[in-house]
Formats: sequence, C-alpha cells, structure tokens
Amino acid sequence: MSSGPDPALLLFSYALFLGFVLLVPFAIAGLALINTGLGRSRSAAHSMTSVLCALAVAMLVYFVWGFKIQGFTPYMEHLGVPPESASAGLFLRGVNGPGALTSALLAMFAAGLASLVPLGGGTDRWRLGATCVSSVLFSGWVYPVFARLVWHPPQVFGVQFPHIVDAAGSGVIQATGGLTALSLAWLLGPRRGKYSSSGMPAAIPAHNVVFVLFGCLLSWIGWLGLNSAGAILYAGVIPWKAAQVLINTSFAAAGGGLAAAAITRLRFHRPDASLIANGWVGGLVASSAGCASLKPALAVLTGLVAGALVVFSVEWLEFHLKVDDPCGSVSVHAVAGIWGLLAAGIFAGEAGQFMAQLAGVATLLGLVLPMSYGLNWMLGLIVPHRVPREGERQGLDLHELGADAYPEFVVHADELIQR
Amino acid sequence: MKLGGFLLLLSGWGIVLAALILLHGRAVSAFVLAGLAVEILGLVLFVKAHIPAAGENA
Repeated sequence: MSSGPDPALLLFSYALFLGFVLLVPFAIAGLALINTGLGRSRSAAHSMTSVLCALAVAMLVYFVWGFKIQGFTPYMEHLGVPPESASAGLFLRGVNGPGALTSALLAMFAAGLASLVPLGGGTDRWRLGATCVSSVLFSGWVYPVFARLVWHPPQVFGVQFPHIVDAAGSGVIQATGGLTALSLAWLLGPRRGKYSSSGMPAAIPAHNVVFVLFGCLLSWIGWLGLNSAGAILYAGVIPWKAAQVLINTSFAAAGGGLAAAAITRLRFHRPDASLIANGWVGGLVASSAGCASLKPALAVLTGLVAGALVVFSVEWLEFHLKVDDPCGSVSVHAVAGIWGLLAAGIFAGEAGQFMAQLAGVATLLGLVLPMSYGLNWMLGLIVPHRVPREGERQGLDLHELGADAYPEFVVHADELIQR
Repeated sequence: MKLGGFLLLLSGWGIVLAALILLHGRAVSAFVLAGLAVEILGLVLFVKAHIPAAGENA
C-alpha cells in the first residue's frame, strides 16, 4: 500500500496556493498606483509605463536565468513536489508539474513586485531606457542572489548559511527593492527645485492622493495573497492553515496606517493622507517576514512600529540626509522591511533566531546595498540615468513619451511658453 | 569618503560571513555584531558622502 498524500487534499492545497498566487498582481497594481499618484502629473503616464516595462523585464529575466539562481525552496512536499526532484535550469528547464510551475510563477511575480520598488526612488527624473536596463541588473543579480541566501540557504565553504525567517519577503522582496531605491535616489540626485540654496526642502505634493489611497487597498488584497503564498512556499505553512497569515497581514497594515495617522495628527495637527498610505504599506511590508509565525497581537505591534518608523524616516531622509525619495520607497520598503526581519527574530521566541535575522540584515547592508549601488553606478557610465534639465522641466510624459497623461488639463503651462 | 564607506560596508559583511563559516558558539554572535557595527560605520560614511552641499541641485 502506498502511503503518499491524499490526492483530494493535495488538489485542495494546490488550488488554495494557486488562488493566493493569483492575488499577488493586485500588490503590483497597488504599488504602481501609489508610485504614480505620489509623482507629478506631468510624469504620470511615464510612471505607469515604467512600471509595465520594469515588470516585463523582471519577469522575462527571471524566466531566462533569475529563477535558476534563486532555485526551489525545500518546502514543496505539500504541493506534491518532492524536494529532491525539484531543480531549475535556464529558461525554467526542469520545472514541471502544476506545483513546481506555480512556485515559479510566484517567484516571477515576487521579482516583478520587487523591481517596481526602485521606481519610487527615481520618480520624475529617471529615464525609461535606464529603468529597463537597471531592472535587468536588479532582477537578474541583486534580487535572486539574496532570495537564494534566504529561501534556499546554500552551503558556504561547507557551512550551512543560517536559516533566516522571511516567509514572504520583508527582506528579500521589499528591503532589496528599498535599498536599490536608495542607491538610485543617491545616483540620480534630487529633483530640480526640491532643495533651496540654503538646503531647505520644498514640498512637491502628490498629484493624485486618491490613486495613492486606492493603491493601498489594492496592495492589501495583493499582500494577503503574497504573504499566504509565501508562507506556504517559503515557511512550510499548510495551505488550509493560512487564515492566521491573513489575520496577521491585515492587523499589521491596520497598525501601520493608524500609527502614521496618530503621529501625523499629533505632530502636524492634521492626519497626512500620503503618510497614512505609506504607514499602511509599511505595515504590510513589515508583516511579510513573520506572517506565518507571529501571534496577532505581535503582528499589530509590528505594524505599529513600522508605521512610526516610516513617518520618522521619511522626514529624516528628506530633511537631514537630503535624499529626494518622492514615493517614500526607502522608508516604506527598506526601513520597514528591515524592521520586519528583526521583528520576526525578536518575536520568534527561539534562541539564536535573532542572530540569524541580524546576519540577514548584515547581508542586506553589506552585500545588497553595495551590489545595487555598484551595478547602477557602472550602468550610469554607459546609459545616463537622469533626463536632461529641459526634460525634467517639461515633464517626462512629453519629453520621453511625446504625450501627456492628462492632455485636456493645462496644469503646468510653463513648458508651453515659447522662450 | 564615498569609497571608504563602500569598502567598510563590504568589509563588515566579510566579517559576518567569516564568523558564520569559521566560528562556533558565542563567538559567532560577537563577530556578527562586530561585522554589523563595521557596516553601520560604513553606512554613516556613505550617507554623509551623499549629502549634497547647500545650493547644489537647487
């Protein structure tokens, strides 16, 4: 008699997993809306076009060689894939069967989501061609190398790399993207007119806050899928026990949004819509690492801290470090992502896990940041990252695409005046 | 300063990696923390090197 898994149970598990994976594009759509809404109206179409191009590049690069670098996770038996039988080659060779293919699909969606994060740091000044090539470097090297270290820890000189708890990518997806956004914000420099001659930052408001807030709601749906699918695939959670993951994800988002609302109300006497949005997404980002293991109260605490960190770091980066990050990508994805990794270690309740999480943070700062900075710096020597001064004044829509996102509305007349 | 910070970031990770490979027990924790401290020092230098002078990009 065979003692293999019950086929009906396996089918149910697979269907649930597939359902969760199919929710992930909502997170991509949400992030695209947030980035576009927080940018200027004269670069809105360019922002959405950059999202589509970066996403397309990332998924294709992952198909060609990215997934080979990342490799399969050891937790695939409950999807009907014995771990020893799973090995991926170039062009997804060796990826067969519904469980393995859906795992590769999740990996491609995750790489696509991660590749959108750096766009926020370069909003309103990053050329489309440079965006595409930078996405190749990110999704082909930076992201899969760290994903391999965390989700399929290799032997390094005969010693097993520590097991870092990061079920759905607070570190792998979000912090790698956030640190790349920081690299790009540094390499591109601030937008023209962002800082006065005395170094004081000027407020360049979001052009459509409704996009931003609706993007948060879409992101929430996407994160429910991302965290659940990630917990199943990368933390070995049994699919029908994913309810805890869904609860933790929602609680962390709620905590992040409310913390940002309370802090901005106390500091500025009015809640700030774009910072509440950033706090909400910061909560989602921080929830990803420990979503499979945290208790709901600790998920709320993780979200509250993430929301507070996002608000303070947005201000600190803009005022003190002079980093022009129009969408708050560094704060939301890098700072909250690193906090999520640490929180998963602090609240794990296992001796030694916090040290493994610290090794993960050290890898982010000591490997991912220099790698993304170095690769993009070298790329800048060949393909200029930044649009010329005139293009920035005109808006990236007209300069790079030849047409405005909102042609009926004259919201910035200065570029129409013949000089 | 930029190059110094960059190299310190890499060196810090080298210390962390060496600690994970070569050491056992409590020494691992001590050297992981030391490596992280070197990285934070490198990050501070790297960040400071990127702060534009007043008037730049205005």
